[in-house]
Amino acid sequence: MTRAFGALLKRDLTLVARTPGDYTTPVIFFVVCTTLFSFVAGKDIAVLKSIGPGVIWVSALLASMLSLEGLFRSDYEDGTLEQILTAPAPLPLIVLAKAFAHWISAGVPLLLISPILGILMNLDFHSTTILVVTIAISTPTFSLIGIFGAALVISQKKAGMLLSLLTLPLCVPILIFSVSAVSAAADQLPIGGHLMLLAAFFVFTLTLSPFGTAGALRIMLSN
Amino acid sequence: MLEINNLAGTRGERLLFKNLSFAVNEGELLLIKGRNGAGKTSLLRLICGLATPDTGEILWDGESIANIRSEYFRSLVFVGHDNGVNLDLTVQENLNFHQALKGNPSAHSIPEVLQRLGISRYLKVPCRFLSAGQKRRVALGRLAISDARLWLLDEPFTSLDERALDAVKNLIIQHLDQGRLCLATSHQTIDWRDSKVNQIRLGEVS
Repeated sequence: MTRAFGALLKRDLTLVARTPGDYTTPVIFFVVCTTLFSFVAGKDIAVLKSIGPGVIWVSALLASMLSLEGLFRSDYEDGTLEQILTAPAPLPLIVLAKAFAHWISAGVPLLLISPILGILMNLDFHSTTILVVTIAISTPTFSLIGIFGAALVISQKKAGMLLSLLTLPLCVPILIFSVSAVSAAADQLPIGGHLMLLAAFFVFTLTLSPFGTAGALRIMLSN
Repeated sequence: MLEINNLAGTRGERLLFKNLSFAVNEGELLLIKGRNGAGKTSLLRLICGLATPDTGEILWDGESIANIRSEYFRSLVFVGHDNGVNLDLTVQENLNFHQALKGNPSAHSIPEVLQRLGISRYLKVPCRFLSAGQKRRVALGRLAISDARLWLLDEPFTSLDERALDAVKNLIIQHLDQGRLCLATSHQTIDWRDSKVNQIRLGEVS
């Protein structure tokens, strides 16, 4: 059982390592998108500082959407998914491995680059730390929501738009609490509640998404 | 033993077959015949548990496969139309993954199986650089690397050359000799020597 989990994780990470575009594109998008905003903010540093957390967060969200479409693409087309579905290991566990691999390849790079963008947006040290913490808690949630969406649109050829339409609304609560956590940190206000809620969202999706995704995959592949 | 009782198969709104009943015993090969579109693949997808039947039941050792899913999946290998071979991974990596996924490695090592199928030279070659027939051989290599009692093969011999066809035939015969089961759809006429072979023909009954 854990062997299947490890095998899938190892396989997906090997594949990611072989196609560097998969993990560099979201990072480049994240950086470019964020820096574009600093141009339109003009020379008013206060404006930059107030929109900073929001801009970074929206960019991070959009960047993590980029890699979702390909999540099941090749496995669906080459028949590997049929093999995964006829494997003895519980499907939710395998889905979890897939989501974990996605987080490592798409979420962690964003996490690593985010402190630099925080400094770019003129956030102070404390806010930048909180920014990194919120991204660390929320990117796994994105992967878990995203994998469910990706399973639902698996048989569609050009599903990018539909996928964003399905998953972005589900990410809105996370966006709200993450950005307000960073803003609150900048104003020296307590942020414990925000982080707890973000953690709760993570646990919620961690519990439900693997089962939902497994169910969606079985339905999508049954015809 | 695999038993099919009163099974009906549909594709979309179209009924492909109904009241289909048969059994496959230990050591038997069942060939599923029928014209294109008769429902051979749909039948195999029902039997391997990818699709759930609207009517009828599929029993494995007397238990409905819906109730013993994990155990049933451990005892079967399915090679479908799509190879299930990732093009960016090497032959070895592909097979390692499948072996770990099934979780019941057989006595045959991966190099040994590839040797029999004549692709041992390509162990470390990414599957992108293999020909269609060689990819098919990698897919068929999955059969022998895990210890499964039931083989479900959908057109196993497509794009294979004569030598490979022979090697796969021998794998199947050896599998049957061990008292195991195999279901295959195939258009080729093949000499199965003295193995026990049954046939069903779809699209003619009812």
